[in-house]
Amino acid sequence: MWRLEARPEPSRAMLLATPVLAVALTLLLGAALFAALGKDPVAALRIIFLDPLLDPYARSELLVKGAPLVLIALGLSLGFRAGVWNIGAEGQFIMGAVASGAVALAFYDVPGLWLLPLMALAGLLAGAAWGLIPAFLKIRFNANEILVSLMLVYVAEQFLIAMVSGPLRDPQGFNFPLSRLFHDSALLPVLIEFTRVHAGVLVTLVLVGLFWALMRWHVLGFSIRLMGEAPRAAAFAGVRPNRIVAISLGASGALAGLAGMFEVAGPAGQLAPALPVGYGFTAIIVAFLGRLNPLGVLLAGGVMALTYVGGEGAQFGLGVPAAANEVFRGMLLFSLLALNILVSFRLVRPARVAAPAPRPDPDPQEA
Amino acid sequence: MDFSALDPVALIASLLVAATPLILAATGELIVEKAGVLNLGVEGMMILGAIAGFAITVESESPALGFAAAALAGAGLALLFGVLTQMLLSNQVATGLALTLFGLGLAALIGQPYSGIKPPSTPTLDIPGLSDLPVLGRLFFSHDAVLYLALALVAASWWFLTRMRGGLILRAVGESHDAAHALGYPVVAIRLAAIAFGGACAGLGGAYLSLIRVPQWTEGMTAGAGWIALAIVVFASWKPWRVLLGAWLFGGVTILQLNLQALGLEVGSAWLSMTPYLMTILVLVLISADRSRAALNAPASLGRVFRASS
Amino acid sequence: MSLLRLTGITKRYPGVTANDAVDLEIAAGEIHALLGENGAGKSTLVKTIYGLVRPDAGRMQLDGAVYTPAGPAAARAAGIAMVFQHFSLFEALSVAENIALGMPDGRTGAALSERIRAVAEGYGLPLNPDRLVGTLSAGERQRVEIIRCLLQSPRLLIMDEPTSVLTPGEVEQLFATLRKLAAEGVAILYISHKLDEIRTLCDRATILRGGQVVAVADPRAETARSLAERMIGRVLAAPAQLEPVRGETLLEVSGLSLPPSGPFSTALRDIGFSLAAGEILGIGGVAGNGQEELLAALSGERRTAPGTLRLQGTPLGALGPNRRRALGICTAPEERLGHAAAPEMSLTENAALSAMTRAKLAPGGMIRWRATAAFAAQVVKAFDVRTAGVGHAARSLSGGNLQKFVIGREVQQRPILFVVNQPSWGVDAAAATAIRAALVDLAAQGAGVIAISQDLDELMEISHRFATLVAGRLVAPRPTPGLSIDQIGLMMGGADVAA
Repeated sequence: MWRLEARPEPSRAMLLATPVLAVALTLLLGAALFAALGKDPVAALRIIFLDPLLDPYARSELLVKGAPLVLIALGLSLGFRAGVWNIGAEGQFIMGAVASGAVALAFYDVPGLWLLPLMALAGLLAGAAWGLIPAFLKIRFNANEILVSLMLVYVAEQFLIAMVSGPLRDPQGFNFPLSRLFHDSALLPVLIEFTRVHAGVLVTLVLVGLFWALMRWHVLGFSIRLMGEAPRAAAFAGVRPNRIVAISLGASGALAGLAGMFEVAGPAGQLAPALPVGYGFTAIIVAFLGRLNPLGVLLAGGVMALTYVGGEGAQFGLGVPAAANEVFRGMLLFSLLALNILVSFRLVRPARVAAPAPRPDPDPQEA
Repeated sequence: MDFSALDPVALIASLLVAATPLILAATGELIVEKAGVLNLGVEGMMILGAIAGFAITVESESPALGFAAAALAGAGLALLFGVLTQMLLSNQVATGLALTLFGLGLAALIGQPYSGIKPPSTPTLDIPGLSDLPVLGRLFFSHDAVLYLALALVAASWWFLTRMRGGLILRAVGESHDAAHALGYPVVAIRLAAIAFGGACAGLGGAYLSLIRVPQWTEGMTAGAGWIALAIVVFASWKPWRVLLGAWLFGGVTILQLNLQALGLEVGSAWLSMTPYLMTILVLVLISADRSRAALNAPASLGRVFRASS
Repeated sequence: MSLLRLTGITKRYPGVTANDAVDLEIAAGEIHALLGENGAGKSTLVKTIYGLVRPDAGRMQLDGAVYTPAGPAAARAAGIAMVFQHFSLFEALSVAENIALGMPDGRTGAALSERIRAVAEGYGLPLNPDRLVGTLSAGERQRVEIIRCLLQSPRLLIMDEPTSVLTPGEVEQLFATLRKLAAEGVAILYISHKLDEIRTLCDRATILRGGQVVAVADPRAETARSLAERMIGRVLAAPAQLEPVRGETLLEVSGLSLPPSGPFSTALRDIGFSLAAGEILGIGGVAGNGQEELLAALSGERRTAPGTLRLQGTPLGALGPNRRRALGICTAPEERLGHAAAPEMSLTENAALSAMTRAKLAPGGMIRWRATAAFAAQVVKAFDVRTAGVGHAARSLSGGNLQKFVIGREVQQRPILFVVNQPSWGVDAAAATAIRAALVDLAAQGAGVIAISQDLDELMEISHRFATLVAGRLVAPRPTPGLSIDQIGLMMGGADVAA
């Protein structure tokens, strides 16, 4: 009988290996899922995980879908590191999109290079403001940020609907709840011809580098990690928890808002109730799969983008329901959480089978 | 605008119905949290219960079987959370989120063939004499059995937690798992049982939504009810009777805004649809502001990972 | 005829043999001491007896019959009860609920409360069954545990370090209770490393070292010194006498009050004292009387009005930890893992945790990890911290080594004021000696040192002046040389002793 034995310290090898193992385990579970749905599991996995890498247009789509995931997960991992649970990125994404969309529509048909930066600023600020609401309520009133940030997702969804059916509705749109299509100055320049790869992808890459340096070298990054690892030690080190709460919720909100701006000024090109597709929630998985590390988040965002691009392929090619991809992503997070135990514990086979321990054994230091 | 179209008796009766899923899910979660476990996957367990109950009821034509299936599905998903958090020591917040994301996806997958179907109706308990009473009969004595079951569950939880030895042990485990372990109580087994119970309650709550409250299956139909149930537990300060109060409050707001939408108020339905969520935030703020009281009632081991160390 | 007999009990953990062929015999009515340093294997042995640990080899007999408890419940059913050192009470539950949890099928109610009152009075342990345990003092909490055991009429009562949390008066009361129990025929296994207590109380002593029994002795026939030498395994040197030092005033504390930070924390009340450069002030008292809070107020983790604390005249009260470090104040909290150090982080990262400011490791907000690692290595070397390298996680170190690292990290920053809570708690004798020497050296170089400790012997050894914390108040400091045990006892009870 195998049993778990505590490692004296976390294994760095396992820290890096478990996300890869989790992807592998998810492929197995996914194959079982597709087989259960009556689809050829090998074909399904090939369409999802291989085909997008072989086709140039699909490759470009990976960047389009991956960028918002990476951008949002980058911000979320900041907070998750500190033990601040922003799970309302979807709402911050929406508010960023609405704010930047409102700017675009306010200057409708006005040409100018200044418009996109202005929209980006509006997106950043709106996202940050939406993220700072739970931060303020947590700091001032001790309200749980998980519940508040999540409730604000539903509020933001309704707000988007109210906007596109009210003030931001297309006057020539036959009363459909949609905005006008943005004019060219309000659309992100496309980087690669005949694709949807926009300037936001580049900005995302730069931000990954910046955040990596921040977490690796800057005192703020250290303080954030410290607060998550050991809150009392952080207080001893002079870290002010309220400041970290505000920074991590504000920053993750800002990045989610920026992702919203990229989405609305990139692939979408207008405001519509169907704009949010759950990037804010999927980014939670990306953040964990990337081990809350900016470089890891970049890789994990790529893997997750596969499930979107390849998932669409499987939907059209094999008739795999879209919901199967959601299940797939959920399984990925479960696999990762389950395998995580290998970081702090190792599997050992006891030398003597004769006297099995009645329960897990104590830490030798306490003996 | 014609407010006279609002029938107060019908409003209150539908408030009781609207509150029932929340009562079920919140009571289950309260027991889980009293055992020291924070399961944020209530939304996922509810929606899985909603589709499981719906599908089985449609297939078997028996709402009773449907509700049983919903409870099983909720408990099953909860046990996945239990194995991960209690045996593989995963982070409870992350695992709870995973449960919600997974549950929403799985329910959508199962639910595809069931969109737009009307389920067999669940019979109301007609209590001879009582149900025929004017006003009171319609208000309180003409509901389905599950609504009364939810109320009984609240009472039973209160009795269990305050009067029974099992409840005392459960609270002790939630208060300090190390101390409970030192006294020889099986912390992990007790927590797994509580987690499964919480999942079953959430599953029942979900099925109540899809079979009675709406009654229909639509993707994502729980629309945050699981999260509101979590907020109600905080609002209730982990006391069963106050779960009722919280659920009725939210049920009331939901019913009111739905009826106002039906009246065609000028404010627009999207703004009205925000109110239950804004209300949740407001309530959380009011109840959490008194830090010392919140700290006293919250189980001290809530959300902490336990591993037997001796 | 012995009540409990252990033969050849062996328990191995990866990398360590906690118990190595241990024999132990306890007779009914006997008070038997189990003596040994931290890590000698005492805890593992009693956990084995109490059914929490299953031995790899050896056997146990109770009343001549084979005894193999499947768990604590089975041990209790066999008449064995245990009063734990830590972790066995539920703060948010009442006394009666706590007691009911320790009994098979225990239920709260009038009948139980009545029994609690009866036992409490019978053994001189007054206690109100309805109070929340979180509101009780350490001594009262121990009474809860003892009563919980006594209600089951045990034949063997195991006491794990029972007096570490008690005032001298409470110790006397406890001993009276234990003697009464022994006279009634209850066997008592008394675990401690306090030699004087064992000599006063116990009939026999089994001494453990490195997991093995090194002696079975009659403690009354031994001196504290001979017992200690058997326990430690080498000859002890007498501590050096401190020269009295009077430098200029370094720190002035006046009117320092702090509200409690949580439902079970202690308020500080009007604390005032001063400290001279080169002086060591020892602050004694039972844990939970404001020690943690005093350290937090001095470290800057909790702020107060600016003028309540002054370092060389500079008001400190409103400054945070790093501003105070810049002025020369370093501190070491009691809890090593989680407060003084982040368990999962490397020693290098833990060096950055508190030394960033004074050792100038993060100029312009960017941490210089190479310089930080060098600083950590310097601490490891200077304080003989046993570790495979500064890249290893703090929690991989043993308690004593981590404590040396924590103390070393602060001392290496050359503080002009060093405040430390429980400098040698849970540390082996050699490490404790090294830590005390470091404190004495620091003071000799002109720094002020405040040592908060429950270990009175330690404070008598190193401090120039001695004060106590009782219920959040500081009993005025007195010069340590010449303080009698009686005076210390009075001070621990909160009384001001005339100079």
